[in-house]
Amino acid sequence: MSGQLLIEIYVLVLAVFVGFEVISKVPPTLHTPLMSGSNAISGITIVGAILATGSMPGTISATLGMIAIILAMINVVGGFMVTGRMLRMFKK
Amino acid sequence: MQDLVIPIIYLISAVFFILGLRQLSHPRTALKGNRTASIGMLLAIVATLLNNQILDFQSIFIAILIGSAIGAILAKQIEMTSMPQLVALFNGFGGAASLLVATAEFYRGGVFPIFIFFTIALSVLIGSVTFSGSFIAFLKLQGIMKGAPIQFKGQHAFNGLLVVLVIISSIYGLLYPFSSMFLIIIGVSLLLGILFVLPIGGADMPVVISLLNSFSGLAACATGFVIQNDALIISGSLVGASGIILTDIMCKGMNRTIWNVLFAGVGSTDAITDNLQVDPMKSIKSYEPEDTVVIFENAKQVVIVPGYGLAVAQAQHMVHELQKLLEGKGVVVKYAIHPVAGRMPGHMNVLLAEANVPYDSLYDLDQINPEFEETDVTLVIGANDVVNPAARHDTNSPIFGMPILDVDKSQTVFVLKRSMNPGFAGIENELFYKDNTIMIFGDAKDTVSKLVSELK
Repeated sequence: MSGQLLIEIYVLVLAVFVGFEVISKVPPTLHTPLMSGSNAISGITIVGAILATGSMPGTISATLGMIAIILAMINVVGGFMVTGRMLRMFKK
Repeated sequence: MQDLVIPIIYLISAVFFILGLRQLSHPRTALKGNRTASIGMLLAIVATLLNNQILDFQSIFIAILIGSAIGAILAKQIEMTSMPQLVALFNGFGGAASLLVATAEFYRGGVFPIFIFFTIALSVLIGSVTFSGSFIAFLKLQGIMKGAPIQFKGQHAFNGLLVVLVIISSIYGLLYPFSSMFLIIIGVSLLLGILFVLPIGGADMPVVISLLNSFSGLAACATGFVIQNDALIISGSLVGASGIILTDIMCKGMNRTIWNVLFAGVGSTDAITDNLQVDPMKSIKSYEPEDTVVIFENAKQVVIVPGYGLAVAQAQHMVHELQKLLEGKGVVVKYAIHPVAGRMPGHMNVLLAEANVPYDSLYDLDQINPEFEETDVTLVIGANDVVNPAARHDTNSPIFGMPILDVDKSQTVFVLKRSMNPGFAGIENELFYKDNTIMIFGDAKDTVSKLVSELK
């Protein structure tokens, strides 16, 4: 156990509460966009993928990282775009 | 400087995600919220590229370009009727990316502190389950795999055994770090994801999709512990929380607990034979679309109940035509949307929005149920379990206690259906045998377009 880990656990617990507070009441119309939008946010794992790819060139880790960047980026770009597309439909 | 600037940008991006999600959950600000969250993501990526550990930018940019191109094409090309599949696929990619990052970290080598190894194993477990589970959900939704639950004897015990196996191999891998043990953890976790979604029936898909959505966030969160990055932990847990909220809404829509959805396998063959309450010899009435015109023309209020069948038949545009035509004749037309109609949360809302149905004609369960008694015609299009009166009184029914749309209380109920086969959940529907119910067999889109041309 390190102090760093303890702080990370603090961050986790607080962020979960923030999540519940922020998204408490969602009207049914927004269920799908919220899901695809939040899914795009889960593509944040791209941060780890970039570090793995860039910091260890030529290793198996870099190759795995590159595949991870592609997948995460599909998630991010596809997720935000399709959410935007749906929400613009609701506007009409 | 770098030690300060990068974490601060991560913090700002986390704030953008929080604000974005808040805006996304209100109709007026939702589009803005989507933009806010995407700016947050851009900031996080830029901050990461500033890291001076990064030596190889070329591979990164190539991968970013490939991923962005595929994502953009998918988002542009996808039919709105295929949204559930796409969401499942995206969830799976998110899980796979987290799995790969954790694996890359493992192969970086060196001696891991115990808790880092533990978080790697956890990240691999959640990432794999999200990936393979979403993939099975995708196959079911795309129709490549049968939607009905697939179960075998002792499945729960076997799944439990797999979890134990993951834990044992993690501990073993911790004591004697070598890579083949690591591959076993990945393999068993992937198998676990497959077995977790296989026994879940089509009608329970909204729950599974929102749960997998939550998992994709938790996978990112676990990866955050692996690479000790707060941005991942914060964003991952936000997504985890949002997925759990949706899962909860879906479960409440069916009056079931998450455990019941995951482990009961509603719609498996046992459930059908045990609970068949309606006498199959009992008579039903069936009309041709042409026979219904008079009834529609004399109606004051028509309520349309869309279900998954509407999505399959792609009948949403035709239904909007019908709505406009009836409204032209002075009929009030409303849509009744059950919270779990379709295959993902909000499925019907998306479909009808695509067909330009104004969303003030969409009504929730609580709003519309008191109105059925004053409704002349209810038109059920491809919905089944959510209108089954057995849920109100038949304690033996697998869907007993589920809040349903009380369509049987309206004057006349037209049920548009392909055939008498039970729905995805495999439960007989006693609505079809009621005196005020009239079946119209055929493809929903054909039937509605016949109605439209007859009413013109």
